[in-house]
Amino acid sequence: MTRVRDVSEEPAAAPKVARRRQPQTLRQRDARSGLLLITPTLVIIIAVVIVPLAWSVLIAFQELRLINIGRTGLFDNLTLDNFRRVFGSSVLWQSLLTTVVYTVASTFLTIALGLIAALAVRRPFRGRTAVRAAMLIPYVAPVVAVTFVWRILLNPEFGFVNGVGTRVFGWDDPVAFLSQSSGVLTLFGVDIPVPTALLTVIAFQGWRYFPFAFLFLLARIQAIPGELEEAARVDGATPSQTFRHVILPQLMPLITVLAVLRIIWTFNEFDDIFLLTGGAAGTQVVSIRVFELLTVQRNVGAAAAQSVFLAAALLLLVGIYLWMLRRREGGSP
Amino acid sequence: VTVVDRPDRTRSARPRSRSPRPWTRDRVERAVFGVLRWVVIVFFLLATLVPFYYMVMLSVRPIEDLLLRPMSLIVDIGQLTLSTYAEVLRPTGAGGQGFLGLLRNSALVALASMVLALVLAVPGAYAVSRLPFFGRRQVSSLFLAVYLFPGIVLAIPLFVVLTKLQLRGELFGLVLVYIAQTVPVAIYMLKNYFTTIPESVEEAGMVDGLGRLGVIRRISLPLALPSIMATGIFVFMIAWNEFLFALLFLVERRDQWTVSLGLAQLSGSVEVPTTVLMAGSVVITVPIVLLFFLTERMLSEGLASGAEKG
Repeated sequence: MTRVRDVSEEPAAAPKVARRRQPQTLRQRDARSGLLLITPTLVIIIAVVIVPLAWSVLIAFQELRLINIGRTGLFDNLTLDNFRRVFGSSVLWQSLLTTVVYTVASTFLTIALGLIAALAVRRPFRGRTAVRAAMLIPYVAPVVAVTFVWRILLNPEFGFVNGVGTRVFGWDDPVAFLSQSSGVLTLFGVDIPVPTALLTVIAFQGWRYFPFAFLFLLARIQAIPGELEEAARVDGATPSQTFRHVILPQLMPLITVLAVLRIIWTFNEFDDIFLLTGGAAGTQVVSIRVFELLTVQRNVGAAAAQSVFLAAALLLLVGIYLWMLRRREGGSP
Repeated sequence: VTVVDRPDRTRSARPRSRSPRPWTRDRVERAVFGVLRWVVIVFFLLATLVPFYYMVMLSVRPIEDLLLRPMSLIVDIGQLTLSTYAEVLRPTGAGGQGFLGLLRNSALVALASMVLALVLAVPGAYAVSRLPFFGRRQVSSLFLAVYLFPGIVLAIPLFVVLTKLQLRGELFGLVLVYIAQTVPVAIYMLKNYFTTIPESVEEAGMVDGLGRLGVIRRISLPLALPSIMATGIFVFMIAWNEFLFALLFLVERRDQWTVSLGLAQLSGSVEVPTTVLMAGSVVITVPIVLLFFLTERMLSEGLASGAEKG
């Protein structure tokens, strides 16, 4: 096997040498091998990601329904109707607002939970490895299985949470966590209106994705040199002051990166909400709307217009992320 | 840091020496956080593990028992049953839900995605980390962007393309999409590992007469094997858990469903008892969690080293 490969490489380089009459440097040969090795990946990425993306921009300007996909040419039926339709509908702005609330709240919750968990397990104790591994399970388990368990746990008829709520905490009625768009929370005699289902999917996000933040934050916290904290202690800093003035500043760059990543991913999140509520009860985020335009209304053009809008928002976010990354790399050699 | 610290040190040393063991803010905080830490650990353990315990517990109870005692978290030994597993795994023709066939589809898709993604990503990652080809930096940024780009935006054009090519309903179309989605992150993970291999080791190989491909095969690959395995498992897990594209491409053909899609489709119907579907959830979760525990250290390190690089 090796012999065959080595031989196949040599002839490829040899004729070149002869033709140019000057020996190819190692660097030139490496550059060629590099291109050779990266090409298959590039081809797939271009074919399955880049070209479809470009095409979806084109579709966004086409009058295209699922039934006439086969007959519509590449540049047929060009129109601006899709965008007029998408931007003209009040549903868009409502779902955009839902998306933003959902994204900001769950990003905050994810990182806060991850940070608290990381701080709690940072010092060694018996069984820490097991605890750490257990905390990562929600993140690796299949999304379909965990959303299903949540749905059963929160079920108003036979779910465990409502069972405990009504029998132990004395709730008047079981709460339909996933199908009630707004409920009233009575706290100290004050009625506070709350978007029940939206809060539930946000809580789910916090539960499922905090391990992601936890993993990275823990690694970063453990990399902080111990002398730094010792020095703070000698200076009379209390634990909370040490956290505020020594540890948190060290974590801030990572927290920023995590926040941007979570925002990018949550902004377009589809699986969790679709599987928990199906987009009902005030949880219709933009990605759910794209899916409905595509599969329920079968209006490919409008779905594409909506998703192009989503992609544009995303490009902006990725751009900011890359820019921040470059600045960070430039700052530290 | 030390220069700034020095003036503070002399100031804060004074109050401590004056009163020997007062209830200072420091002592209170240390006591409170010492207790709080365990409260937090227990809280997180319960929050992460109880849903999975609930899943297993429901899967071995008859549905009548669940409806009678919704609050109980303990299985009555007399009521214990494994018939739920039999029902969910049995083929549809025999009155079951056919999960065995769906498991086969999922395994096929995940394995094919893993192998093909590695075949593409290993050379690609090596090139990006070591070989100075034209446009290397741009390719790196492109991969990062593709990795960050989520599925729903790509879903429409791919849906249209696969419909046109009549690849909808074929597992192969799904594998193609999974590869494109995972190769960038696989390259990213492996690249970080390849760069840690000292270049002098490779140069020694070249001095001994190996070509570049020989160096990759004989030196870099064996050294990187643990990371390659971790990356492969990561891809496997992504492909096994994926839902959106499976839903878009396969929903009309039940015999081609992946197991995630199958569970999602059936959990909406009222005919299948919840306990049977819980057995299905256990069946799709167990392989992934086992794989994860077997490789947890490798995976965490692989992921975390990626984070340190940015």
